[in-house]
Amino acid sequence: MTTEYETHEHDVLIIGAGGAGLRAAIEALAQGARVGVVCKSLLGKAHTVMAEGGIAAAMANVDAADNWRTHFRDTMRGGKLLNNWRMAQLHAQEAPDRVRELEQWGALFDRTADGKILQRPFGGHTFRRLCHVGDRTGLEMIRTLQDRGVQMGIDVYMECTISRLLMDGDRIAGAFGYWREQGRFVVFRAKSVVLATGGIGKAWSITSNSWEYTGDGMALAYDAGAELLDMEFVQFHPTGMVWPPGVKGILVTEAVRGEGGTLRNKSGERFMERYDPKKMELSTRDVVARAIYTEVREGRGTEHGGAYLDISHKPAEYVKKKLPSMYHQFLELADVDITKGPMEVGPTCHYMMGGIRVDAETAQASIPGLFAAGEAAAGLHGANRLGGNSLSDLVVFGRRAGLAAAEHAKKTQAPSLDSGQIEEAAREMLAPFERGDGESPYVIHSALQETMHSLVGIFRNEGDLSRALSELEKLKERAKRVRVEGSRLFNPGWHLARDLKSMLTVSEAVTRSALARQESRGAHSRIDYPGLDAAWGKKNNVIVRAGDAMALQQSPLPEMPGELKQILAEET
Amino acid sequence: MAEALFEVFRGDRDGGKPAQYRVPIAPGMVVLDALHYIQAHQAPDLAVRWNCKAGKCGSCSAEVNGRPRLTCKTRMDALPLDQPVTVSPMKAFPIIKDLVTDVSWNYRVNKTIPPFEPRPGTQWKFYQEDVDRVQEFRKCIECFLCQNVCHVLREHKQMEQFGGPRFFVRVAALEMHPLDGKSRARLLKDQLGIGLCNITKCCTEVCPEEIHITDNAIIPLKERLVDEFYDPVLMLVRKIRGVKQGPS
Repeated sequence: MTTEYETHEHDVLIIGAGGAGLRAAIEALAQGARVGVVCKSLLGKAHTVMAEGGIAAAMANVDAADNWRTHFRDTMRGGKLLNNWRMAQLHAQEAPDRVRELEQWGALFDRTADGKILQRPFGGHTFRRLCHVGDRTGLEMIRTLQDRGVQMGIDVYMECTISRLLMDGDRIAGAFGYWREQGRFVVFRAKSVVLATGGIGKAWSITSNSWEYTGDGMALAYDAGAELLDMEFVQFHPTGMVWPPGVKGILVTEAVRGEGGTLRNKSGERFMERYDPKKMELSTRDVVARAIYTEVREGRGTEHGGAYLDISHKPAEYVKKKLPSMYHQFLELADVDITKGPMEVGPTCHYMMGGIRVDAETAQASIPGLFAAGEAAAGLHGANRLGGNSLSDLVVFGRRAGLAAAEHAKKTQAPSLDSGQIEEAAREMLAPFERGDGESPYVIHSALQETMHSLVGIFRNEGDLSRALSELEKLKERAKRVRVEGSRLFNPGWHLARDLKSMLTVSEAVTRSALARQESRGAHSRIDYPGLDAAWGKKNNVIVRAGDAMALQQSPLPEMPGELKQILAEET
Repeated sequence: MAEALFEVFRGDRDGGKPAQYRVPIAPGMVVLDALHYIQAHQAPDLAVRWNCKAGKCGSCSAEVNGRPRLTCKTRMDALPLDQPVTVSPMKAFPIIKDLVTDVSWNYRVNKTIPPFEPRPGTQWKFYQEDVDRVQEFRKCIECFLCQNVCHVLREHKQMEQFGGPRFFVRVAALEMHPLDGKSRARLLKDQLGIGLCNITKCCTEVCPEEIHITDNAIIPLKERLVDEFYDPVLMLVRKIRGVKQGPS
């Protein structure tokens, strides 16, 4: 077989066009690199657009006492100290500059009375720290980055999916993919590749994530031999919609609680008093998600199996001004006027703390020339991410990844492409069309979502996790016989068939890591090991490919310098 | 369980026709849920764009019973179910397949708009009242429904002469940014052809973000052009001072 494909050449190829990918592209362009950005959807539709509450940065515009040290401490404590300390430090130090930069590129944040960027409180943040635009901060951010990147001249390959990283020996050589529109194949030759593909939520049945979040970047990196870190830490956002069925899982921003929203069970009790009396509704997401889940499980849930979240004690005009999209979302999708009555909310699979293991300074993965940033990368958030730290993560480490990728490209010769790898990648993509029988990818996807939701959810135990592993083995076998109907022209069934493979890889990595970690820490709650374990607090789980099998190792946390330990020890 | 009969356009550049699907109806269901049901159970290759499913990304635009809508925000209980629910692609753009259209023209227009350019010596201090009106424009989710219903584009296909409401909103956001120092008046008048808009307000009516496109963006921009290009006093002043007529 001789595969037909088009070829494009870049110094830096960026996969993913959310906040991290676009910020990486802008930085690499500024360094003089020839940059290409590939994204599965149209430009400007990536999940960053869904981010609502704000971007965390210790600007001290509202609370003058805030500074990077406090942000660092909050982030580490929120992550139950499993975070990569250097990433947490860089993030806290650089986030304010990255926010100011967005403003200088045209972003319009809400203002304080004295004309600065307004900041709101959020879970786990000691001070009012989240710069925001009502409850559509992510939209503001992605448009700003998109317009900046387009004007600088990035080449954007929209509606294009990468199915394999291409290697030149041990180093990166580019990527193979297909145009979703016509189904034709495309090869990118690049000296550096940045993975900015976001998360994995689509492997669970109740999720705030869109169809794109299938763990592509992590699976591509794993296939190429890179290491995955902290894969057991999956964040369930405490507040997703629970009713009606069609909207189950859609995000309800933490800004509702930031603006003073209260949580109550069906008897009207403000139950967070029993889980975290100090921080109440603004406790960290892992704690609030478990609290709501527990209330429902113990029979104190609302009619549709959630908790009541109420902001109606605030003036209606204030609610509409600060939470406009929540107001419309509930009015139009659930017939609830949130200025008059409570919302019903429950946990929804939202964010992946784990991901590709990267170097803190350069965002380089364990393969030369391969970089990762944003949700696809691991380390910053440890065992649990604080709200608002994701948007700042995107711009801080997106910039670092773009910079390092451009520098790597400058000192690297053009890689050579191996036609054998390209032929194999093409064969893999075409195989589902050639099978006479086999299952629909939608059926297998649905089974995977049920498995992950029921066996690898908020509360875990050894029995469930072991069963999940054997279910995943069966699903992998079924996925090998997946069959696709129709042509290669914009065929969502075909696209899902490929994305399914990525979801199965990351699901297995999550389950294996969760099974190994015999303790409860942050977002990882083991019913059979309910407490923190000091020994597990000193190591990360690392997943790497060993032939066709998945190998799990432990790696000690990097030693934190004394001055940072000092900051952590301080009380606030 | 109640059922609805759907007639969904199936086809590509070479033509096509509606196909019928029966879909069970659940409480609170939206049209996009029905399309997903059809994909999962009857037509796995049905081409549909979507992302957030919450009215925030603007991907799932289509025409439901002839009305341009976001399918993720079109409730089934708001549609008459005694007749088939028709779903067709946006009419103003070339079809790719089924409900997916080629919207790349919009991205080409966007590229021609000069970005935000702060005035020299800008102090980065400004107030909420300075940004309120711009934040309205920044709510745009680029669903392109306004482009789809604008008769200059939909009926007259003036893509070469006219930018369309989406890009008037974008230019308005830049022109009214409190710190922007660049004029896009010439671009609006010549390349984006704002004069072709005769303010029928179809764009405003269809905007899922409820942006007052005509009143708050297009009309003020038109007024600005009148001031800049056709104000007799300013023309006289420019002539005396020897300044080239009109801004660049």
